[in-house]
Amino acid sequence: MSAFTAMLARDLRLATRAGGGALMGVLFFFIVVTLMPFALGPDLALLQRIGPAILWLGALLANLLALDRLLAIDQEDGSLDLILNAPLPLELTLIAKAAAHWLTTGIPLVVATPLLGLMLNLEPASTAAVALTLLAGTPALTCIGLIGAALLVALRRGGLLLPILILPLTVPVLIFGVSACNAAIVGPMPFGAPFTILCALTLVSLVVGPFAAAAALRHAME
Amino acid sequence: MPLIDLANPSRFLAFAERALPWLAGLTAALLAVGLYLALFVAPDDYQQGATVKIMFLHVPFAWLSMMCWGLMSIAGLGTLVWRHPLADVTAKAAAPIGAAFTFLCLLTGSLWGRPMWGTYWVWDARLTSVLVLFLMYLGLLALWRAVDDPSRAARAAAILTIVGAINIPIIKFSVDWWNTLHQSASVLRMGGPAIDPTILRPLLVMALAMTFLFATLLIGAMRNEILRRRVRDLERQGVTRRSGANTP
Repeated sequence: MSAFTAMLARDLRLATRAGGGALMGVLFFFIVVTLMPFALGPDLALLQRIGPAILWLGALLANLLALDRLLAIDQEDGSLDLILNAPLPLELTLIAKAAAHWLTTGIPLVVATPLLGLMLNLEPASTAAVALTLLAGTPALTCIGLIGAALLVALRRGGLLLPILILPLTVPVLIFGVSACNAAIVGPMPFGAPFTILCALTLVSLVVGPFAAAAALRHAME
Repeated sequence: MPLIDLANPSRFLAFAERALPWLAGLTAALLAVGLYLALFVAPDDYQQGATVKIMFLHVPFAWLSMMCWGLMSIAGLGTLVWRHPLADVTAKAAAPIGAAFTFLCLLTGSLWGRPMWGTYWVWDARLTSVLVLFLMYLGLLALWRAVDDPSRAARAAAILTIVGAINIPIIKFSVDWWNTLHQSASVLRMGGPAIDPTILRPLLVMALAMTFLFATLLIGAMRNEILRRRVRDLERQGVTRRSGANTP
C-alpha cells in the first residue's frame, strides 16, 4: 500500500509543481464556458436553460485535454519503464495515477462550477446539481480516458486520436450527467434515477478502466 | 517465429482459394432470389408505398453492423489470449467492412426517412446509437492506421474492440433513455406489431444473402491482408539482404 500512496503523492506533486499544469484543465473549462455566450448570445433565459449542458460539455472537453499528460509524460522521461517493472501491480499503479489525475483535474472542475453556474444564471439548486453530478461523473471520464491514454502511449503522434477513441465511450456519462441535472431543475423525473445510473457508470468504469489500460500498456511496451 | 506465423495462414489461404468462388456464387444466388422476392413479390405497404422496400436492405445492414463488432471482439480475445495470427487478420479485415455496413445502414435509413418522416435525419434513439457505433468504427480504423507495427496495432485494436463491446449495450441503453426523455409526439416506429410473412420471408432471405456477402468480403479481405503481410516481409528481407551485402 505504501507504494500506492507513494505513486499517488508523486503524481500529485508532479502535477502541482511548476510545469505540472494541474490548473490548465480548469482554465480551459473557464474559457469554453466563456465562449458559449459569444456563440449563443447573451440571453440569460437561454443560458439558464442549457447551462447544465454547457458545463458538462466544458468539463468533458477539459478532462480530455488533460489526459495526454496522464501517461505520456512518464513515457517521455522513461519513468514508465520503471513503473512497469515495479512490484506494485500495474492495475493499482494506474488507479493511483487516475486518482491523482482526478484530484488535480476533476476536483478543480467541480470547485469552479458554482462560479460558472452563477455566470450562466443558474439557480443555486441547479448549480449544486451540476456540481454533484460532475463530482460523481468525472471519475468515469478519467477512467475511460485512462484506457485511451494507455492505448496511445506508444504512439508518437496520438494527440488527435485520443478524443476520437474516447468521446464515443463517454456518451452514456454525458447523457446521465445532463439528464440528472435537468431532472433536478425541471423534473418531472426524480433526480435519483439518472444520478444513481451515473454513479453505476462511474463504478463500472472504475473496474474496467484500470484493467483495460493495464492490458493495453503491457502490450504496448513489450 | 515466421514459420509458426505462416503455418496456419497458409492453410487458411488454401481454404480461401477453394471457398471464395462457392461463397461468391452462393451470395449472388441468394441476392438474386432475395431481391426478386423483395422487389416483385413482397407487397407495398399500405402507408409507406414502395419505400418499404428499402427496409430489405436496411435491416440486414443493421444486423450485420452489430454482428461484425461481435466478431471483432471474439477475434480480439483470440489476439489477446491465444495470440492467434489469424485473429489479428480477421479483426483488421472486418473493421472496414463493418464500418461500410454501418454507413450503408445509416444511408438507407436516411433515404427512407426523407419521404417518410420528411427529413433525412432525426435524433431518434436507434439512429443515434447506430451513429455512435459508426463513430466507434471510424475510431477503430484510425487506430489501425495510426500504429505501423501490425501485431502491436492488433493488440491495441483488440483492447479497444473489447472495451467497445462492453460499452455498446450501455450506450444503446443510455441513448434509449435519453430519447424517452426528449421524445416528442412522433410515431417513429414502423409497421404494425407483427411482420406479415410476405414481408418476413424476403427479409430473412436478404439477411442470409447479406451475411454471405459479408463472409465473402471478409475472407477475401483476410486473404489480401495475409498476402500484404507476406509482401511486406519479403520486401523487408530484400532490404536487409541488400544492406547486409553493402556493409562489408
